[in-house]
Amino acid sequence: MSGRRGAAARGAHPGVPGGAGNRGVGEPEGVAARATDVPLGATPVLELRDVVTEIRGVRGLVRPVDGVSLTVRAGQVVGLVGESGSGKSMTAFSVMRLFPTKAARVTGGEILLRGGDGRVRDLRTLGPDALRAVRGREIGMIFQDPASYLNPVLTVGRQLEQQLQAHGLGQGADARIAELLTDVGLSPEVARRYAHELSGGQCQRVGIASALACRPALVVADEPTTALDVTIQAQVLRLLARLQRDQGVALLLITHDLGVVAEVCDHVYVMYAGRIVEEGPVEDLFARPRHPYTQGLLAGVLDLLEPKPIRVSIEGSVPDLVRPPSGCRFHPRCPHAMPICEREAPPLLPRDEGAALGHSACWLHDPGVVGAGVTVEPGREDGP
Amino acid sequence: MSGARGSKALGAYALERLLNAVPLVLGVIVVNFLLVSLAPGDPVTALIGEYPAPPDYVERVRAQYGLDAALPERLLRYLGSVVRGDLGFSFANRQPVATLVIERLGRTLLLMLTTVVFATAVGIVLGVWAARRPHSAVDRGATGFALAGYSIPEFWLGQILILVFAVGLGWLPAGGFRSIRADYAGWAAVVDQVRHMVLPMLALSFRYMAITTRLTRASLLEVMNADYILASRARGLSERRVLWEHGLRAAALPIITVIGYNFGFIVAGSALVETVFGWPGVGRLMYDSIFTRDYPVLLGILLLVSVSVILVNLLTDVAYALFDPRVRY
Repeated sequence: MSGRRGAAARGAHPGVPGGAGNRGVGEPEGVAARATDVPLGATPVLELRDVVTEIRGVRGLVRPVDGVSLTVRAGQVVGLVGESGSGKSMTAFSVMRLFPTKAARVTGGEILLRGGDGRVRDLRTLGPDALRAVRGREIGMIFQDPASYLNPVLTVGRQLEQQLQAHGLGQGADARIAELLTDVGLSPEVARRYAHELSGGQCQRVGIASALACRPALVVADEPTTALDVTIQAQVLRLLARLQRDQGVALLLITHDLGVVAEVCDHVYVMYAGRIVEEGPVEDLFARPRHPYTQGLLAGVLDLLEPKPIRVSIEGSVPDLVRPPSGCRFHPRCPHAMPICEREAPPLLPRDEGAALGHSACWLHDPGVVGAGVTVEPGREDGP
Repeated sequence: MSGARGSKALGAYALERLLNAVPLVLGVIVVNFLLVSLAPGDPVTALIGEYPAPPDYVERVRAQYGLDAALPERLLRYLGSVVRGDLGFSFANRQPVATLVIERLGRTLLLMLTTVVFATAVGIVLGVWAARRPHSAVDRGATGFALAGYSIPEFWLGQILILVFAVGLGWLPAGGFRSIRADYAGWAAVVDQVRHMVLPMLALSFRYMAITTRLTRASLLEVMNADYILASRARGLSERRVLWEHGLRAAALPIITVIGYNFGFIVAGSALVETVFGWPGVGRLMYDSIFTRDYPVLLGILLLVSVSVILVNLLTDVAYALFDPRVRY
């Protein structure tokens, strides 16, 4: 409750379209213009607590998500970034406990979702029917490759209609579908089309319409622009950001594109080898990255004039998750690795005085570990 | 490209395909005719019997049936009469071929269509069952059944069915089209007819059931891994609707193709099954006409079979276009 009052007091405008212009005066000067001004105290819509997801594979048990905790608050856009293979997409799939493979399962932690009725439920303990009722209604999902996520032999309209019917919203479905398609910038006539008759960008607009169809509290978008042409990427991203703002829906955005994060996210989580290594408000985290991995990522981006996969900018590659490195999983690639990094996994420590500016999991920032001998202060090194 | 495609375009497509089939049918007639005349044996000896007949009598019979002319002349004459709708005259039955065939066609179609419907329905259900839980006991059972069904010949299965259900258990009649001596009417006649049909239909169905089961299982397993299946689950659709409305709808295309493909084999299979069960249909007539060297009947049946296979293939393509919006025509 205090969160809600706090939101009102700090002048958030839920549901009111806000551009970069109405940014709060007191906000820190960031790298990119923030579109929304959601205070940290807003009610959490989704809270993952120590979520563990396992895949039973031929080579053994893999944990692509190994104790991930993250919070998405009402009306907030939260980015989850990492290299391919870091477990960010599996984290996205874990939210609805719906995976592309039957071998994957959430085996630990809590997935707390605040539903439309204000009740908080742990999706991890929900039965199949209750979980089905959440999918597509309380949580909308947007996928990476838009065309392959539409059934080629059913019309777009039929697929949206099925979703509305599945949640008891079949009454007036045609009007709602027309409204949804208009909202995402498509002609209502698209309802009669098939996926192969649409471009990639149009298909992704349909994907966005489907995610928003039942007015969910949360949308999970897994690399929503990656498979699109560069020119279309910006359009779709802008559309997504605008609809997010207009409808006040919370968005968990999975991406490997730091530019996307800078453009639309309020808060960002950086994931490496199945774990969160750093999190914080986007402006602050981009301005002063504390974790060596984040620093590497950002340095790579700043240097990058031609598009190049992120992993090239950091020595080595993502570790094999069947046999993850001991201690801090980044230590084999870390320029600042110390003996303790090999032995023990670092806890998430506040990035700064107080927790308001996020956390970072690096022994460099533990005053008990870093004594007089270590002089590296990576946070200041690459400051703007 | 326009999004909405009218039925007019589809109708034009069907008509075009139908016209394309005309030269094909003519070619089939020529090949059939040549093949049959290459076969050993002489209809005249079959007609007169092994008993030595005076040579001038043999010649007279030969001339009477137009068998004295040269092969090209006979072929042209045959083509000409087929175009006029005359399929010739049966040596053995002393009846026009068309009358003979049409009389039996209804009975064969009854057997074949029930077989296609039954085998497809059961095959799809078994295939869906198997695909729902791959490598489960149900799946193993269905896959094993499919393998057995695929390898057992129809005529052998027919005989086993007769031995078990007609001779052994006495549940069903061993053969025939209906009870000849009983004077059934109305509902009783229908029941009697169905009782006669069960065993031949089972014998004929087994193989196609097996093929459909395997195919449904395989294509459903593939489809259920598709991204759009995951997406439909993410929209909150129930597993049942995901399976039947998304999975099977997309898996239907290969199944439709195989129904059309199987049709030709069911025609061939029905000849064997009709013979085993004494079912007085076209298949049985074909079997008899081969043994009596009754070439006009044989040619007429082959023509009928060819035309029906071509028609069913055309229907398959049309169904394909109706089921899959991506099909261009």
